[in-house]
Amino acid sequence: MKNFKILAFALITLVSFSSCNNDDPIAVNEEELITTVTTTLTSGNQTITLTSKDLDGDGPNMPVITVSGELALNTTYTGAVSFLNESVTPADNITAEILEEGVEHQLFFQAPAAVGAFTYADADANGKPIGLKFTLKTGATATTGSITVTLRHEPVKTADGVATGSITNAGGATDALITYPVTLR
Amino acid sequence: MHKKSYLFFCISLFCTISFAQSTVRGKITSQAGTPLVGSHIHIGKKTVSADAEGNYLLKKLPSGNQKIHVSYIGFQSVDTLVNLSGDIVFDFVLKEKADKLQEVVVRQKNNTLNKSLLEQKIKTETIERFSNQTLGEVLREVNGVSSLKTGSTVVKPIINGLFGSRVPIINNNVRLEDQQWGTEHAPNFDLNAAGKITVIKGASGLQYGGDAVGGLVVIEPLTVKKDTLFGKTILNMVSNGRGGSISSSLHKGNDKGWSWNALGTFKYMGDRETPTYVLSNTGNREANFSGDVKFTAKKYDIGAYYSYYNTTIGILSASHIGNVNDLYNSITNKRPSVVNDFTYAMRNPKQEVQHHLAKVNFNYFLDETASIAAQYSFQFNKRLEFDVRRGDFNSRAALDLELATHAMQVDYKKTLHDWTFKSGVSSSFQSNFANPATGIKPLIPTFDRFELATYGIFNYDFSDHFSVDAGVRYDFSQTNATKFYLKSRWEERGYDPEFSNFIVGEQGNQWLTKPSFNFDNVSASLGFHREFENDLHWYGNASLAARNPNPSEFFSDGLHHSTGVIELGDLALDQEQAVKLSTTFQKKWSHFSVEFNPYLNSIRNFMFLRPVGFETTIRGAFPVYDYQQTQARLVGVDLQTQWKINEEWQHGLMVSYVNGRDVSNRTALIDMPPLGLSNKIQFTKAAWHDLKLELKSELMLRQKQFPNYNFTTNIIENNELVPVVVDISTPPAGYHLLHFYSEMTFKTFGKTSTTLAFSVQNIANNSYRDYLNRQRLFADEMGRNIQLQIKFNY
Repeated sequence: MKNFKILAFALITLVSFSSCNNDDPIAVNEEELITTVTTTLTSGNQTITLTSKDLDGDGPNMPVITVSGELALNTTYTGAVSFLNESVTPADNITAEILEEGVEHQLFFQAPAAVGAFTYADADANGKPIGLKFTLKTGATATTGSITVTLRHEPVKTADGVATGSITNAGGATDALITYPVTLR
Repeated sequence: MHKKSYLFFCISLFCTISFAQSTVRGKITSQAGTPLVGSHIHIGKKTVSADAEGNYLLKKLPSGNQKIHVSYIGFQSVDTLVNLSGDIVFDFVLKEKADKLQEVVVRQKNNTLNKSLLEQKIKTETIERFSNQTLGEVLREVNGVSSLKTGSTVVKPIINGLFGSRVPIINNNVRLEDQQWGTEHAPNFDLNAAGKITVIKGASGLQYGGDAVGGLVVIEPLTVKKDTLFGKTILNMVSNGRGGSISSSLHKGNDKGWSWNALGTFKYMGDRETPTYVLSNTGNREANFSGDVKFTAKKYDIGAYYSYYNTTIGILSASHIGNVNDLYNSITNKRPSVVNDFTYAMRNPKQEVQHHLAKVNFNYFLDETASIAAQYSFQFNKRLEFDVRRGDFNSRAALDLELATHAMQVDYKKTLHDWTFKSGVSSSFQSNFANPATGIKPLIPTFDRFELATYGIFNYDFSDHFSVDAGVRYDFSQTNATKFYLKSRWEERGYDPEFSNFIVGEQGNQWLTKPSFNFDNVSASLGFHREFENDLHWYGNASLAARNPNPSEFFSDGLHHSTGVIELGDLALDQEQAVKLSTTFQKKWSHFSVEFNPYLNSIRNFMFLRPVGFETTIRGAFPVYDYQQTQARLVGVDLQTQWKINEEWQHGLMVSYVNGRDVSNRTALIDMPPLGLSNKIQFTKAAWHDLKLELKSELMLRQKQFPNYNFTTNIIENNELVPVVVDISTPPAGYHLLHFYSEMTFKTFGKTSTTLAFSVQNIANNSYRDYLNRQRLFADEMGRNIQLQIKFNY
């Protein structure tokens, strides 16, 4: 009879263990998501804003890309890139996180030579570029092309050419990749 | 074995005419001459009970050497071998059980699950060899079983070309519920806790489930039925991964009263290495415990079992990719993007999984021929998957699932002369909780599932050479999920208006939905076993299986980091139904035996992931894979031979081939194992401390039957966007590996012994990739591995 008592006790313990999770469901707060990447190019009092916005994250909607104006020829622009998560209210500023973890992040800028050349204008704790700030020297002839901005997480910053902006040996994982169409006139 | 010393049995022989068949009759009494009513006699494959006078009668027994087993509760049982010819009378006098038994007999349950399928068994000795490895790896010892791997530590069994939800794993009579839908989720089971493993290549194990489209893996723990206490410790040291494991167990056996078992295992491994580089972040840890207590009385036994499995598995750093460009780079570079120095430390990505299993069971013997068993089990599976994330998120799991399963079952079994009948009912309740605190939309949503099932299996021996079995099972299943869908996704999937009734709320750009599904399934099995003269056996089996879509097939919705693709489930999926026809011919000569098993598996509504296009996100472009259904057909053959060359030398051959076709789309099925061939030559010499030497050759050809799912994407080369083909389909080249194994056993003092084993896997240190490794696009397989194993028996 003792065994039956043990069995009964075990059963009760296990059944009472099984509380259901029938609370009100909570939507996942995707704090880490990047929905908006804004690149600003400033020269004198001209500011060109290039934006890519994808509010449904990994959802099926395409990012919406807008470019506020045309780039001037033979001009040196001061550039900055900012990252936002606008799926939450208020919007999260992810730029600050990237800056804080500068050693684990790097931005890469790629464009045909006719569009222009990029130079990093910031550095992480180890003196390697991050790329949140940069300069762009535009080309001398009118053209159309594209500028691709890539944010890499955990790149090999010491690899060949990476510090001067070559993505080839960078490795790591891509956190953002945006191609903006641009016109030079 | 000194059983005969306890045995006083008088044999009166009355030979009549000698037939090919024999009839055996007699009387079973105690030493005092009392008839042992209801005592149990087992000759060959037949079983009867003695009547009120202690008399028994067994008809139609085959002539020749037959095993006899006589048992009665409270008495010593009798085991002997008798040469039968014609009609014979055997009278048995059983001796009452002495309290002190010295003998240690570890007996495996010899309970054939299904007579019309030749079951494949893995013995304790083989399991012990794989003590440091996983269930998936030891199962490869069975012909027709291969493995689907993620790196070198996550190994899932593939039976005749099928895996995952199509291959349920039954551990100690409990169906393992451990998020088995995921291809990168290995069975949460400590191999050291297995006493015997049986593989059923088909859906015929109806008492365990009707959805085993691929097959079943049935694991039974070690059970000790004699009064004894013994222990075992296995220590492993391996070169590749520079670690090892220790597993220790204690077993207290008893034929009556209390018995118990306890087992603990620890595993500690660092990064694995290929011949040329370190597979960074591929270490793993395990700490497991299992134990049980059992009380055996005259008419019943009652037991409780608990097991805890805890593992942390590092996932190859280079396999974490950001978008399709990263994937393209990994494939073209042929070398992992991250190679660090060897370390034991693990970082993200990694998995942390804990699995608890507790059960109580009760068996009651109604009489010598019938028994009833009741069981309640509870499983709790906690799975945390960590990904490479920014800042503080890095220490927060990217996937956090808690799966709790309660199951209750009652089974009845009746064995009489020529027939056996088994029947039962079972029900289970499962709840999955997907923690929203991860900050990432869970691949599997929160859901509840209720299941109810009943089955009946009937076996009839028409003669000693011909038996038939038939079974049928009914399953009811209800799933209620709670899931947020992005409105854009809901629309893209075309769920409106068909599933609009599931929408219960709205939150920002998301719908809150409560999808609910009911399924009714019937599964069945029919088969025969015909035995011809000269040891030729013919088995035939037809089975019908039905499998419901699993949570990932229904609800997947988002980016799967380990593969770099967006996986989308489909609420409109139907059950998958499979008809499998399988036959086996087995012929044994004195020194040679051969087993030939062709099969055909035709699957309606076969669910699989198929690429359907691209989606662009802020992270770049990702290929989109969508769960679809098709008509699939798998045709294959498993061939096995065993040749005893002489007393010392043995040769074994295993060949398995399967061809999987997607009939509707007129292409090959993805992830089908290529033709494999394994040759083993063994030398054994008992006189030299049980010396065993073994050389094994494993040949895996290149898979030429594969669907082309390659896609084109734009990547930036020289600052310009150029289209490139991302080759995810082409299988890697075939490979040939050589493995060596050796062991010797030394008697220490008393009944204790020590076995030393030395083995080398991949002797030639070949670099290769395996088609069925999910990380084949990122890195090579492990190189040479030298292992030393010390086993103490005490």
